[in-house]
Amino acid sequence: MSDSVTVRRAAADLAADLASGATTSVALTQAHLERMDSVEGAVHAFLHVDAEGALAQAAASDERRAAGRPASALDGVPVAVKDVLATQGLPTTCGSKILEGWIPPYDATVVARLKAGGLPILGKTNMDEFAMGSSTEHSAYGPTHNPWDLDRIPGGSGGGSAAAVAAFEAPLALGTDTGGSIRQPGAVTGTVGMKPTYGGVSRYGLVAMANSLDQVGPVTRTVRDAALLHQLIAGHDPRDSTSIDQPAPDLLAAVELGAAGDLAGLRVGVIRELGGEGYQAGVLSRFTEALELLTQAGAEVVEVSCPSFVHALAAYYLVMPCEASSNLAKFDAMRYGLRVRPDGVDDPSAEEVMRASRDAGFGDEVKRRIILGTYALSSGYYDAYYGQAQKVRTLIQRDFAAAFETADVLVSPTAPTTAFKLGEKLDDPLAMYLNDLATIPANLAGVPGLSLPSGLADEDGLPAGFQVLAPALADDRCYRVGAALEAALERQWGGALLDRAPTLDLEGTR
Amino acid sequence: MAEITRDEVAHLASLARIDLDDAELDHLAPQLSVVLDSVASITGVAGDDVPPTSHPLPLTNVFRDDVVAPGLSAEQALAMAPESEQQRFLVPRILGDEQ
Repeated sequence: MSDSVTVRRAAADLAADLASGATTSVALTQAHLERMDSVEGAVHAFLHVDAEGALAQAAASDERRAAGRPASALDGVPVAVKDVLATQGLPTTCGSKILEGWIPPYDATVVARLKAGGLPILGKTNMDEFAMGSSTEHSAYGPTHNPWDLDRIPGGSGGGSAAAVAAFEAPLALGTDTGGSIRQPGAVTGTVGMKPTYGGVSRYGLVAMANSLDQVGPVTRTVRDAALLHQLIAGHDPRDSTSIDQPAPDLLAAVELGAAGDLAGLRVGVIRELGGEGYQAGVLSRFTEALELLTQAGAEVVEVSCPSFVHALAAYYLVMPCEASSNLAKFDAMRYGLRVRPDGVDDPSAEEVMRASRDAGFGDEVKRRIILGTYALSSGYYDAYYGQAQKVRTLIQRDFAAAFETADVLVSPTAPTTAFKLGEKLDDPLAMYLNDLATIPANLAGVPGLSLPSGLADEDGLPAGFQVLAPALADDRCYRVGAALEAALERQWGGALLDRAPTLDLEGTR
Repeated sequence: MAEITRDEVAHLASLARIDLDDAELDHLAPQLSVVLDSVASITGVAGDDVPPTSHPLPLTNVFRDDVVAPGLSAEQALAMAPESEQQRFLVPRILGDEQ
């Protein structure tokens, strides 16, 4: 099998090839490293590539397979890791100058689980600085480009992970989702992304932006691959006190159930507030057609109202900056990270060094959010802003609870538009924030959400996303519905949506 | 109503220990006003009877056994320090001569 075919295969198929002896992990890893050589210059999905380390892990995997002792179903399938997750011995910058060259002395729990499962780690993927953004343009190391159109954004903050799988540089990647950073990049790159139930996957070793919202999850090209990776990283971790101490549901069984195509008896709730004005026509058309496919599969589609969702964006942009401003206080230039001495000051104090370092090390969006959080937490404003936002969070949870009385899953377009042009919204924070309109409610309530491609919008031929939300701990429902819709859509398309993306490696093709 | 002035932004940046120069203040202050104005819509949305939610899952008192586990060595902990001396973090002066 040629390398250009290999890299396009799903992780589940690669795992089967490894199990049957049709290929080796070293060959797979080499094929993906070569693919990076040919497309990274155009895509820039990675901040750091660890070819040597990945090949060594691949060789160890091949030895385990040869000895008949694979460490997991995915043993030997390479993976990329978002640069916000600590990787022992590999740089972890969070897309920020303040952590340039920082090499963590420990692994995040999810990274330790990848290693224990035998997955070679190809490298660290690009992201908006400290996961703050919807386009990866806030990365201090330059933006990632959308493989569907290199002049457009790949979404954010996890645009690197999404672009890496969309450009066939990695079959699997890890992302993190605080307000949509797994799902929105998935939508605009024609890939699959899952934000698990809050607490379903360990956050130990994830450099926190907003602790009460952050969640690690899989970034893949197929729903089944997402379930495989999710299953590998999920489960209780005593090092994360918010981790849920009970077994995760059987996600692969849910995929098989869904892929069989029968959704009889399933109630699908369309969220009235997440559609209509502000949503691109082509995105809405693909969404409506997807609903029709779910109906054909036997699901009952009903409309539900979640009236408080209109306040979700405002609540999020208070809760998140408040938590971020406290979290980022640890970047003080004392024990690790960038240390800058202020110009023209003899023998500067620790505080002067701290101020100069934070000014030099943080980008505009990080500064905006720190200042906004500092403001909202100030005495005199606390009740009006942070206090209100916390109450709105309660109202949003109540809306979800009421909606899940009448529907088993809730659905919406993942993002209101397809990928926009690089630079278009860079200096308009509010326009940028609107990209996460439909994904934020899930983070505020802690419920799981999956995004999968729904097709290409008519206006621009770019991918749109379909979001499936389920009650907390019912992640399996997202996978069941996602797998059913994916199968129905691919029957209609006659293949995967990514088959229609530009190949990138041939000059001038589109 | 939710106006945030350039002086306020300068003050907040100072509280957050970020040196912003004049050009940055000119750039960021108007943007912050716009953002703040949009989130201000939230005031008054929820009444006094609505309890606040700080965390999506109602977890309390997570305990673990008090057992010794291996930690980082001094060398590992200091490996990424900007400066170190005698197995300790070396930091700029905390107080001035006059303090």
